[in-house]
Formats: sequence, C-alpha cells, structure tokens
Amino acid sequence: MKTNAVELTIFIVFFLAVTVLGFVASRWRRGADLMHLDEWGLGGRSFGSWITWFLIGGDIYTAYTFVAVPALVFGAGAAGFFAVPYTVVVYPLIFLVVIRLWSVSHVRGFVTPADFVRSRFDSPTLALLVAITGIVATMPYIALQLVGIEAVLKTMGVTGEWPIIVAFLILAVYTYNSGLRAPALIAFVKDILIYLTIIVAVIVIPSKLGGWDAVFGAADAKFTAAGSGGLTLAPAGQLQYATLALGSALALFLYPHSITGVLAAKNRDVLKRNMSALPVYSLALGFIALLGFMAIAAGTTPVGTDANTIVPRLFQDMFPSWFAGVAFAAVGIGALVPAAIMSIAAANLFTRNIYKEYLKKDASAENEAKVAKIASLVVKLGAVAAIIFIDPQFSIDLQLIGGVIILQTLPSVAVGLYTRWLHRGALIAGWVCGMAAGMLMLYNVPKLGPGGVVTKAHWGGSNFSLSKLGLDTTWTIYAGFLSLLVNLVVAVVVTLLLRAMKVADGVDGTADTDYTAEREDPSVRDLPDPLSDEPLSGRAPAPGR
Amino acid sequence: MSSPEAPAAVAPRRSDRSPWNWLLIVPIVVPLLVPLYNRRTPELFGWPFFYWIQLVFVALGVLSTALVYRATRRSRSERAAAAAAAGAPRDGGADR
Repeated sequence: MKTNAVELTIFIVFFLAVTVLGFVASRWRRGADLMHLDEWGLGGRSFGSWITWFLIGGDIYTAYTFVAVPALVFGAGAAGFFAVPYTVVVYPLIFLVVIRLWSVSHVRGFVTPADFVRSRFDSPTLALLVAITGIVATMPYIALQLVGIEAVLKTMGVTGEWPIIVAFLILAVYTYNSGLRAPALIAFVKDILIYLTIIVAVIVIPSKLGGWDAVFGAADAKFTAAGSGGLTLAPAGQLQYATLALGSALALFLYPHSITGVLAAKNRDVLKRNMSALPVYSLALGFIALLGFMAIAAGTTPVGTDANTIVPRLFQDMFPSWFAGVAFAAVGIGALVPAAIMSIAAANLFTRNIYKEYLKKDASAENEAKVAKIASLVVKLGAVAAIIFIDPQFSIDLQLIGGVIILQTLPSVAVGLYTRWLHRGALIAGWVCGMAAGMLMLYNVPKLGPGGVVTKAHWGGSNFSLSKLGLDTTWTIYAGFLSLLVNLVVAVVVTLLLRAMKVADGVDGTADTDYTAEREDPSVRDLPDPLSDEPLSGRAPAPGR
Repeated sequence: MSSPEAPAAVAPRRSDRSPWNWLLIVPIVVPLLVPLYNRRTPELFGWPFFYWIQLVFVALGVLSTALVYRATRRSRSERAAAAAAAGAPRDGGADR
C-alpha cells in the first residue's frame, strides 16, 4: 500500500508537539523535589478535578479500546457493546471504595495497592503476590497500546518495526524525565483530539452512508448472512455479557495504573466528582463502538487480515486526508498516555514491593525514585520487545488473562479496605485457587471461526461454557467472574479454619480513622516508613494532634 | 473523633455512611439485567433499543453518582472546621 503523505505529515506534527509537551511537563506544577516517588510516580498527589478527569480518562479509555472495541462490534455485533455497560457499572461500584483507598494511602503514604496490603494484613508474602499480579497484568496491556499505534501506522502505509521503536523510545525518555506529569499533560491533547474525531465521525459518517437506519440495516444483513453475531445477543450469550461487564468493572480499578490515577488526586471530593464526570467517556465509547457497524455499512476492508485496522481504514475512506491524519494522531497519542501511566504504575510496584522489600530495605526516597525511573524504562523496552519478537496475538491472549488474574487481588485489596476479617493465609490460598481455576477455564475456551468451526483449541476467549461443569445448558460465563467466586469461597472457608485453629493474623498497620481521612488531616508520612516492620497501629493520627 | 481544642461547633464528619449511598445500586444493577433490554424495539432515530437504552444507562449512572456526591458532600462549615482542627491546610486546600 502507498504511504499517504498528508496523513503522515499531520500525524508526525502532532506527535512532535506532544513530545515537546512531555518534556515541558517536568516543570509543570513542579513539587519540591522530583527525586521522590510521590512526585515522580504520583505527580505530588496534587491533581484537581480537571486534571484527574483527563488523567483517569486517558488511562482507562486507551488506544487499544478505540481500535479493538469497534473491531469486536464489526465482527460479532451486540456482544462487543459490553464495553458500555461495563463502563456504566464501574463508577457507582467503586464510588465509595476509591475514596477509602485514597484516604488510607494519604495518611500512610502508600504508593501502590501492594503497600496497602502489606500494612493492612501484615504480610509481605501477600503484598508480593499482589505486586507480581499487578505487574504481570499490566505488561501485556502496555504491549497492546503498541498494537493500537501499529494499526494506525499500517493504515497510513508505514511498515516495519522502526517507527514503533522510535515512538516508544521518545515516550520512555520523557516519562523517565517527567514522571506522571507527562501523561497528565498529554492527556489533554489526546482527549481533545479524540472527542473532536468522534463528534465529526458521528455526524459525517452516518449521513454519508444514508442515516443510522442504513447503518444498522447493513449490519443486520451481514450478521444474518454470516449466521453468527447479531444486532441483539443470542440467549446463550446474555449471562456472558452481564458477567463480562461486571467482572471487567470489578477488575478495572484493581489495575495498578488506575490506582495510580486515583492516588494522584488531591482530595476525596476530586474523586467523587470524577465518578460522575468520567461516564462522559463511556458515552463516547458507545459511539466509538458503533464505528464497527458503520464500517460494515461502508464496506470497509481491513489491511490484510488485521481486524484492528478497521477503524483507521474507515476514517481513511470517509474523511479527507488531513482530517484522517488528525484522527490517527488521536489514536496514536491515545496509546502514549496509558502506556506511560502503566509503566509508571508497574515501576512503582517493582520499586516499593520488590526492590525495597527484598533487595534493599534501607533504600532512601531518592534511591526509590531513581530505581522507579529505570524500572519504567525496562518495562517499556520489554513491551516493545514483546511486540517485535513475539506474535502480537500472544499479547492479546495475555491481556485477556490479565483481566482474570488482576481480579484475584480483589479480596485482599478491595475487601481489605472494608474488613480485616479475611485471614492473610486464607487470602493467599484464595489467590492460588482463583488463579488456578481462572487459568484452567481460559485454557479450555476454544476460538470458534465462522460456522462454529474450532480455529484454535485453547485461549480462545473468556466465555467459558457452563456445560463443561456438567450443566445442561449452552450458556457461557465470564471466566474471570467464576474464578473470583472460587477465590472468595476458598478465602472464607480457609479463614474459618485458621480462625478456629487460632493462627496468628498479624497486626493491622492502619487505623479505622485512616479510611475516612480528608486532605487536611495529618499524614504519618514523616513518621517511620509504612513498609518497615514496626507496627503503626498505635499511632493513629488524631485530628488536631 | 474531633479533639477537644477544635474550635468549631461542627465537628468534621468521620463516616462515609449515608442512606443516599443506596442510590448507587440502581446504575449497577440495571445495566446487568440483560434480558430486559436485549431486543430491537422500540427504535429511536433508527437505533435499535439495545443500543440507545444502554446510552441512557450512562445518563442514569451520571445522575445517581452526581446526586450522591451532592447529598453527601461536606458543607463549607464542616470543611472549615476540619481545616481549623488540623491546623492550616498544607496547600490552601481549595479545589480548582
């Protein structure tokens, strides 16, 4: 395919502008000292409502979402629309949870979810499990952002690995330099471009195709002819739809990068306000998903066999070259923001819960920041290597697994915010069983091609057939949801056993009042480090101390 | 939990409990009741029911969370009392 010079020029201009922003960001709202993990890794915990909205929005509505969700709707129809209920359910679901997490982290100086678990349950082992789960779940997610950029580059006729390597090297350098401030600032540009693209697309494309009737009509005709997919869900797919939406919603704010976005907020009100403002993105996501149907109506064909190029190809067919260039820049920059936040989150986990815990217990604040910066470079290089040397399909499979495994940290992180009743030993047992059950189920999901032919025997999706459990039904369920149930049941049963056996469950490093603390309340951050072995419970911060 | 030397009459609230929170259950449960909306009619502007109703759910979510936020927000006097009780806020506290 020929390279489109206009598109490419506009794409590169935006990319360069964003690169400059990335470097300037280190001077933006600068704190006392960037060589502290609070500054580099959490932007000084100082972000107000607007910045948080752009940051969390940029964080969870990624380039891959923009490319993959419509591709799914293009291929399967209604089932791909689960992204909308998923992002509706998530905010009321976590409304009360994230503010507790913010408060306790504010008081105790936690940077990662594993920091919290370490202190709450007095268990470095459990914290290590949470940290490793977070890192493993995040890595393929970063790699997938590259898949998003790749789809756009391919559509513009740019092939080869070097453009992606260059893009990620630049990203790596300014993240290293500016920390969380870089993606926070770039997120503004990303979202303005994304909203501009969607508004234009929703107005222009359906009118070119003869209205929404024609769009849905064409999709209906395609699915009827193919005999798979459809404008509504097959009865057997409804449980999958609901459990996938709920399971994904439960998983979203367990991901380290979402938690990084939450902890960077400056107070509880910022978070509460954002829980009702963030759904604006969900509305946009609904329209983006329908781009899949528009592509059907327009007769768009992907580049080669890469379904992810459907949306870029649609833009190319429907927009003048200059605006297609803007839209591609939106997707490209949309990949940089989450990739930066994810690498920072993974680096924070490594530094706090592996490096400081096991490698260098007396690491200074400056030392921590330095290690985190280097770790963020390593994480990104790993993601590039994964895309270049390993089949991208492998990253997609891993990301699917990522959602299931991150859910296994729910009992310790989310439930832990409310109660310490679950025993630390039971949480570890639950994690192990949930993880094993999840893997076993995912392994046994075949991928079905047209006409119900098995094209891949294993790792074919997350829709586990209930018939495999001996139930007489064609219904499927989200594997992550079922494995979480296994995890919870095991955790409860083992807790009862351990409590009956009077096994010690450590000392709670947090106080009840921590969970409702406001920004004005004193923080114990200047007191001994929360990761030190000394219990802090006796030193609850009293207001007006 | 406010300490004796806190000057204001209004003590800083130290609980997230509120009957308003129950409102959050609505936008969690409704979008998960798939059989209720898994159909094509009635259509709206050419959109099958399945699609437009789920965008309405987005509005439902916004409405519920915004209401709960409004209803459970600390009043200005409460915030002032909390700030006074804790000494001067570290960076002005005002939200932007």
